[in-house]
Amino acid sequence: MSTLPVNLPEGNFDWRLPSRGRVGMYCLIAAEAAIFTIFVVAYLFYIGKSLMGPKPKDVLHAPIFYTVCLLSSSITVHAAVRRLVAGNMAAFARFWLLTILLGGVFLFGTAREWAHLILQDGLSINTNLFGTTYYSLVGLHAFHVTMGLLAMITVALFYFGARLRREHAERLEILSLYWHFVDAVWVVVFLVVYVIGV
Amino acid sequence: MSTTTIAISELPASRPFTLRLHDWVTTVDHKRLGILYILFALVFLIAGGIEATIMRLQLVRPHNDLVSPEVFNRMFTMHGTTMIFFVAMPLVFGFANYLVPLMIGARDMAFPRLNAFSFWMTALGGLFLYFSFLGGDGLYGGGGAPDVGWFAYAPLTAKTFSVGHSTDYWILSLLSSGIGSIGTAINIIATILCMRCPGMTLGKMPLLVWLNLVMAGLVILAVSPLSAAQIMLLIDRYLGAHFFDTQAGGSAVIWMHFFWIFGHPEVYVLVLPAFAFASEIIPVFSRKAIFGYPVMVLATIAIGFIGMSVWAHHMFTVGMSAGANTFFVLSTMAIAVPTGIKIFNWVATMWGGKIRFDAPMLFCVGFLFQFLVAGLTGVTLAVAPFDWQLGNSYYVVAHFHYVIVGGILFCIFGAFYYWFPKASGKMLNETLGKLHFWLFTIGFHLTFDFMHVPGLLGMPRRIYTYEPGRGWDIWNLIVTFGVVFQAAGVLVFACNLIWSYLRGKRAGNDPWDAWTLEWSTSSPPPMYNYAVIPVVRSRRPLWDLKHPEDPDWRYE
Repeated sequence: MSTLPVNLPEGNFDWRLPSRGRVGMYCLIAAEAAIFTIFVVAYLFYIGKSLMGPKPKDVLHAPIFYTVCLLSSSITVHAAVRRLVAGNMAAFARFWLLTILLGGVFLFGTAREWAHLILQDGLSINTNLFGTTYYSLVGLHAFHVTMGLLAMITVALFYFGARLRREHAERLEILSLYWHFVDAVWVVVFLVVYVIGV
Repeated sequence: MSTTTIAISELPASRPFTLRLHDWVTTVDHKRLGILYILFALVFLIAGGIEATIMRLQLVRPHNDLVSPEVFNRMFTMHGTTMIFFVAMPLVFGFANYLVPLMIGARDMAFPRLNAFSFWMTALGGLFLYFSFLGGDGLYGGGGAPDVGWFAYAPLTAKTFSVGHSTDYWILSLLSSGIGSIGTAINIIATILCMRCPGMTLGKMPLLVWLNLVMAGLVILAVSPLSAAQIMLLIDRYLGAHFFDTQAGGSAVIWMHFFWIFGHPEVYVLVLPAFAFASEIIPVFSRKAIFGYPVMVLATIAIGFIGMSVWAHHMFTVGMSAGANTFFVLSTMAIAVPTGIKIFNWVATMWGGKIRFDAPMLFCVGFLFQFLVAGLTGVTLAVAPFDWQLGNSYYVVAHFHYVIVGGILFCIFGAFYYWFPKASGKMLNETLGKLHFWLFTIGFHLTFDFMHVPGLLGMPRRIYTYEPGRGWDIWNLIVTFGVVFQAAGVLVFACNLIWSYLRGKRAGNDPWDAWTLEWSTSSPPPMYNYAVIPVVRSRRPLWDLKHPEDPDWRYE
């Protein structure tokens, strides 16, 4: 028996659905947000419960400069995508590479902070509960920054290979949603670790 | 149109075995991945069933020494983990994968390659779990498979108490299958929201699609915390961190919270698709449209929301504040309301209908009755003082097996009988189906009705043996006796699947005279599902097509 075409003639109308990339990314962000929530809850729950030092207020210094770098990268990634939509490839590349640079500077900041904590202050992940929760939460965030950077570097390689075109703007916009999320998570991590936690 | 359909669906059969195997391993087609999920789950169902049988044989009489206490611990851990993560979840995802695109008139899922990735991550998880039988020893002789229970309470999972690698395999297994589950959930949501055929507004989607949408949302919100907790446990075990290390000020109770924030919504992740099958099968076999479609959708969403806020009813016996106890008692009781609404709506659908008691309907009717009983024992356990008395007893074990076997598994069996003709082109044998139903129903009631009693008499779960003369002996004997019938039922089912696949009666496109889109395409559907993307105007597009004089869209 052949397939039965279901096609009711009166049903001729405008039919629009949301972009699947966008919906998929929002779902991924929801899943990631749930993961971060658990780590943030663990951090808040264990504040002040360490049995020995070092204590957060003795060793933590708010990384204001690196935070400004990361948060402004949200603006540059937005600007880059807007330039791509407008078809201005050179301006797109400037903003895109600037975003990668700002993200890279932020990661460098985390690395410096960790090096100082490990080598000077003697705090590592197995020292006490503060070390456990701090390195896990900040590390989880740094891992997400790294993933975002790898994705953006891939796009940059496509650009230098002259494979990137205007019609890819929507994909880059979806990638930028992820990057905005990583930045927003940093605001929460910053508040929890460097403001509430000390 | 008919010639192209037949040509494509019969082409692969003539190819050599290695090429066909290659097709299946590298496939990104939602129907093939759905079938892979289901076959994978059936293999693990046998493994989990053997583990359950070993436990029941050990408990058949007091002071039995069939297996050692260590092996018994491994059996209940492996049974629970296998049945939840590698039987129930893959079955649910398999059916969702197969049915959702067909029912919304799409040609595939939104992200076909993510779909394949998710399946293989789940398969990797199953491999990790069962590899532990060989690799769990590690260099320390820590002994085979995981033995920490399926919820793996701290500090049992600490390096001190779990040497070797059995717990590590358990963690890796749940972490990788968790990634697969989240990937599939993202895929299901994106497919439902973005791939519907023209005319299929949210309010015109079949209920199965609605329920799977809410299920996928719950997976995203529930499985992610589990993955986070597994990452913490891995950090504890490998980097010497102290999340769940009470010696260093860590908390064992926070693991319980993290686990049950996953663990309870997980029950709804599994039961919503079961509801979905019932919501498709009951109307078709009652020859009536579903009663109260909007209320069914709202009740589903309500279950999703309330289901996220009941987790700590698993922890009444741990000792929480009066405020927390009160909150979780009330939220747990509240969830009985939308669930009750659903039961009333299914009964109202059957009411005055021209009911056909074919195998799919038999299983759904069994589900209705058994799920009601399971819900009632659930309400009794929601009462905190009652739970203090019976928490961690066989009463609890009987309750949740009533939900998972009597509710969920019955619906899944019904779904097999209902959609097997679509997936294979052959009908499942009806006589064997009825035999399967009666054997399994008798076995189920022998095992799980009588399991409540030793629980009420104080028999705790997870004990490997017991003293004679406590009044538990006869009940345990009956409970184990029921296993014989359940195993016979499953055997009949397996034979039916194989025999009907090879020799079954041809099904045709629409053997049940049903109303949803999947029955408009051929059985099995071609790779592309629909040669022409359908356009719908009501919730029952095939009814409209078969009854142009009285279409549904006039009334919706």
